[in-house]
Amino acid sequence: MPEISRDEVAHLAMLARIDLSDAELDHLAPQLSVILDSVASINGVAGDDVPPTSHAIPLTNVFREDVVVPGLTAEEALSGAPAVEDQRFSVPRILGEEA
Amino acid sequence: MTETLMAYDDVLAAYDPALGLEVHVELNTASKMFCGCPAEFGGEPNAGVCPTCLGLPGAMPVVNGKAVESAIRIGLALNCQIAEWCRFARKNYFYPDMPKNFQTSQYDEPIAFDGWMDVDVDGETFRVEIERAHMEEDTGKSLHVGGATGRIHGADHSLVDYNRAGIPLIEIVTRPILGAGERAPEVARAYVAQLRELIVALGVSEARMDQGNLRADVNLSLSPKGSGVLGTRTETKNVNSFRSVERAVRYEMQRHAAILSGGGSILQETRHWHEDTGITTSGRAKSDAEDYRYFPEPDLVPVAPSREWVEELRGTLPENPTARRARLQAEWGFSDLEMRDTVGAGALGLVEETIAAGAAPQAARKWWLGELARRSNEDGVDLVDLPITPTDVARVQALVDEKVVNDKLARQVLEGVLAGEGTPDEVVEKRGLAVVSDDGALGAAVDKAIAANPDVADKIRDGKVAAAGALIGAVMKEMRGQADAGRVRELILEKLTV
Repeated sequence: MPEISRDEVAHLAMLARIDLSDAELDHLAPQLSVILDSVASINGVAGDDVPPTSHAIPLTNVFREDVVVPGLTAEEALSGAPAVEDQRFSVPRILGEEA
Repeated sequence: MTETLMAYDDVLAAYDPALGLEVHVELNTASKMFCGCPAEFGGEPNAGVCPTCLGLPGAMPVVNGKAVESAIRIGLALNCQIAEWCRFARKNYFYPDMPKNFQTSQYDEPIAFDGWMDVDVDGETFRVEIERAHMEEDTGKSLHVGGATGRIHGADHSLVDYNRAGIPLIEIVTRPILGAGERAPEVARAYVAQLRELIVALGVSEARMDQGNLRADVNLSLSPKGSGVLGTRTETKNVNSFRSVERAVRYEMQRHAAILSGGGSILQETRHWHEDTGITTSGRAKSDAEDYRYFPEPDLVPVAPSREWVEELRGTLPENPTARRARLQAEWGFSDLEMRDTVGAGALGLVEETIAAGAAPQAARKWWLGELARRSNEDGVDLVDLPITPTDVARVQALVDEKVVNDKLARQVLEGVLAGEGTPDEVVEKRGLAVVSDDGALGAAVDKAIAANPDVADKIRDGKVAAAGALIGAVMKEMRGQADAGRVRELILEKLTV
């Protein structure tokens, strides 16, 4: 059964840009372990003859015509943004990385 | 920070370079990769977006069939295998340029793989092996404000325009290119230039590097000479011209060598290329950031191109580049050296289009590899990025052929077109550049020149026709260069000989 370590949770939180305190890590790491264990119980059901599945329906090649269809206006697009400047989404300073 | 560099010859004495190139090609489809928004960038900010490319909850992507077709055609043109079945994957990362918090890409199942392209470098052929070409989507465009010159350091916040998010991209990845030795920088440049030519011939992208339609990332590592062990690589981004590709490879070779020879080790990292200073600077270390937690995209069904479709698309491919070069050389009557220079300058397509627009092959070659090549060097831009079209160049040559301008004035016409003064005809008109071939005006200038140079005139009267050059020069000076030299000569001889 998979076990997720506190360090792994800290790493995932960093990747997801979620700032977790030590107390939150202590609290969440065991919970995530339980969730992973529960999901892993599927392994007990699927035999070696069942390939990993990503899509439930055996469908391929669903394509769209290359045609422009109207989307949102800029006003609509920005209506849910917490902050807007110059008709653009305003986001906090990007964390210590180059664009 | 100034890096220490090793002299290029010393680098080659001690190390073998290994190159790798990743080229992103923005397709010229009408709509985006997974939604019907326009695949155009640069209009009114955030006016070409919808719930899908904004990553709003519940929005469902659908693949653009035309983009898949373009991907397959690119794969076939690069002699790749086309996957019988492949999936999209989510590349998870949290950065505001992708509002979904992942980029839809392909991971271990690219649509095209195991290909090659033969690259001509000064008449020698290098076979560049293609590892894969996969489909993905472009990201939004961030503008950093509050800091200096739009750079991220010191910026308070960033402003994001998602018009570009979701435009179809094809990423073409080479296998490590070994054995290029001292020519590694030229091989890299030639590969990108000839790949661009192929993309243009396929008609699948505007392929302008200065507009970001075609973007190159350069991977480079060094290994101690003869060891055959690949060293640690760096990946240099933002390399936006053929010229910069060559310069960036050379710079990284010299930088790596200086570090390695001093007993240091290369940090595996992203580097940023700076066009203005010609150096690279450290971006981010790759170790942590490269953890993208890829998984198959559940919202898109797999792509399984039928073999019939693939063969049908193979039938639409343009002539292969090697055969094309051979055919054009024969058609144009270029020597091997002329052809090599044309290909090397990235001017093959430009010369071809100029000839198609009516210019003679040698005239087309002369302008692109002469005056215009000089300008592109001076301005530090590739020929294709000069603000002049093959049609303009053909028209300039036509003006010469029609004796409206001479060669010298033609250069001023080119200068005017490059300066944005309009078409060649408009420049001639605005700058008053047309040569005078009207006998009245020329005759007066010829008479004046004869009167001013009686000794020269006597020589011509005595049959020394070669002396006419001095009088022609005087007339041209009088007419400020705007005289038809051939007609001037005729007039001088008419007046002085029987």
